[in-house]
Parts: sequence; structure tokens; C-alpha cells
Amino acid sequence: MRAAATSRSAGPGRLRGVTGKRPFEVIVAEHGATVLRVCRAVLGAADADDAWSETFLAALKAYPELPADANVEAWLVTIAHRKAIDVTRAEARRAVPVAEVPESPSAQQADTRDLDLAAAMAALPRRQREAVAYHYLGGLPYQDVAAVIGGSTDAARRAAADGVAKLRKTYAHAAAGEERTDDHES
Amino acid sequence: MTMNHETQARDLLAALPEVTEANLRALRGRLAERADAEEVLDVAYRTLDTPVGSLLLAATEQGLVRVAYPVQGHDQVLESLAVQVSPRILNAPARLDAAARQIDEYFAGRRRAFDLLLDFSLSRGFRRTVLGHLPDIAYGHTASYAVVAAAAGRPRAVRAVGTACATNPLPVVVPCHRVIRSDGSLSGYAGGPAAKQALLTLEEAAMSEPEGRGAAWTEERGASDEGRRRHKAPPRRAGDTA
Repeated sequence: MRAAATSRSAGPGRLRGVTGKRPFEVIVAEHGATVLRVCRAVLGAADADDAWSETFLAALKAYPELPADANVEAWLVTIAHRKAIDVTRAEARRAVPVAEVPESPSAQQADTRDLDLAAAMAALPRRQREAVAYHYLGGLPYQDVAAVIGGSTDAARRAAADGVAKLRKTYAHAAAGEERTDDHES
Repeated sequence: MTMNHETQARDLLAALPEVTEANLRALRGRLAERADAEEVLDVAYRTLDTPVGSLLLAATEQGLVRVAYPVQGHDQVLESLAVQVSPRILNAPARLDAAARQIDEYFAGRRRAFDLLLDFSLSRGFRRTVLGHLPDIAYGHTASYAVVAAAAGRPRAVRAVGTACATNPLPVVVPCHRVIRSDGSLSGYAGGPAAKQALLTLEEAAMSEPEGRGAAWTEERGASDEGRRRHKAPPRRAGDTA
């Protein structure tokens, strides 16, 4: 009689590569940190966790239909972009209108370089923040960034360049230990 | 020039607050819970340390679908599950709580039968029929491939019984380790011959403990009595082929 061999020899291992669809756990392991960095850059640390959770939950639902040759990172960043917008809208609905822009909490505790940079990021116009986050943190080429945030590839490139220039200016200012001001609008 | 800009920008952004392992662990745990609660988690898995190595346990919403030994390659098994069941797979231990507890009890010698929902979707046809008969072999006993073939209704399908055991997606829980050759030798096992021997030795030892006598017994039905002879120290050799 035939004796037992390991299940691998008779098992489905030979199907590997046929669909290329890996367990979703692997996707989370590979891209979880990147998506969290992107969410933090776009939304700030407080709302980033929610956006991350919504992003991966939506991705899990849609994952079986994702084409096997799709760029997973670009797909995740696209979902994260939509979820970040949702989170921002929900915030806006909850927000109580105030007459003056309150002092940013991170400005008060910005005694480390890291928090300074995060605060500088938060002070960027949304489009620049998204372009910087999706290109430099999410790894998307500008063509894909443009597809996500709208507008032309050149416009996306410019938005990222403007954002980085402003970050450098604000951040260098803060890092030099000079008195911080809260008017980041310029 | 452009590359230089890119590099400088990346260096600048490297000063953003770090994403820590603890951040991600917490988020991944929450994701697993929510995915399960919202019924979009097709396969939940975890690993469990046992005396025969780290076992991979995987469950669909229908029940336990896969148990795998380290030699089978946990990553490969998960990849197979992605193809055969669904790629919506997460490390989500909660769904495996009952299975993990019962397997723990089994290895502690305190459990003789499993009371778990099983999902046999990885096994079809005659193989599935064979697996359905394996729990009839009582704890601490063994049966030959020929006896199991007869019990499954195809006395001459001895070879097919061997294949069914070899491809058992639920080893330990569905006791293919209790099927041995007619001459008493062990033959192969998904977890390796040492694991098969370890399970049989464990069961025999637990049987000989007086207080173990009263523990839950698997009902005997189907196979003939001659297939249920007490397993006694089988020869050590356990090659992969007959």
C-alpha cells in the first residue's frame, strides 16, 4: 500500500504562481508601515490610526478582485487617500466652529525635531501634503500621484516640490531653535 | 539634479516620527478583530506551540480547515489556502481559541476526542469519506489501511486510503496518525514519522493512567474489531513508501 508522504507533495503547492494572489496578512506585513506613514503625513497622528484601519479593511474586502499584476502599494495609497478624505469630512462634521484658529498642540510640545517636522507637514496646504506623502512616503511615481489627487503629472510634481521647499524652510527654522510662530500660512 | 532633490527630500522626511512595531501590532490586532466581526475574514489563522512543533491552525467561518506541521512550511500552507479557499487571510487568533485549547488539552493527555466544527472543503470524494471514518479509530488504538478501506466501503482501495491520510488537511484533530500498516509499522506521516510516533506514544501513555480511563471516549462505529487492536510499540522504521 502507499504510505503517507508529506501533504506538500500531493498538495496545492504546485499551484503557486498561478494566481499570484498572496495571503492578505503578507500584504499588511509588507505595506502596513508605509500606509501608516502616509496616513500620518496627510492627517496627523491622531487620525492616522482610523484611516489606516479603514484602508486595510476596505482593501481586505476588495482584495480577491484585485488583478494579480496590480501595483499593491499604489492601490493601497489610493484607498488611503479616499479614507483620509472620509476621516477629514467626519472631523469637519463633528467640529465646532471657532472664531480663531487655535494654537496647534504640536507647536506647544514641539521640543523634538520629529514633532517639528510633523507640525510643519500639518501646516502644508492639503494638496502639497498629499503630493509629498504619496510620492516620497508612498513611493508613487508622479503620474500615479496625479491620478490619485487629480490634475496633471507636472502639477503633482510641482505640488510636491513646493511642499518640500516649504517643509525645509519651516523645519530648518524650527530646528535652528528660533522662536516658533504659529502663522504657517505664508 | 532631480535625483539630488529626491534624495534630499527623502533625507528630510526621514526625520518624521517613526512607525514602531508596537504601533503596527496594535493596528493589526484591531484589523483582525474588525475583519472577523464584519465577516470579511475568510480564513483566520494562528500558530500553536506543541510537543511536536509549532502547529499552524486555520479556520474559515465554517470551522477548522487546516492544521499544518512545521515541515509542511507554514508560509506555503497559507499560500495554498489563499489559492484554494480565499486570499482574505489574517493572523487572527480569536477564531482559533477553542481549537487551540482542545489541542493543548490533547497534548496534555487530558482530551481524547475533539469537539470542534470542521470544514472539510480541502478534501473531496473518497478522500473526504475516508477522513470521516478516521475518528472511529478510538484514542490509543490503531487500524490498518486495509481496515479503514473496508470501513469506508471500498475494501480494495487501500492505496487511496494512504493518499487520503497523506493529504489529510486536519492532522492531529482527524487522527490519520492512528492508521498504520498491516504489519504494524507506522509508514509515513504529514508531520514526519517522529511526530506520528509521538502522538501514538502520548495516547498510549494517557490510556495507562488510571484517572484517564474516565475521559471522553470516541464512539466506535464502522470498522471491524480486528482493526482496533491495541497498538503496541510498533517497529521504529517508518519509511515514506511502502
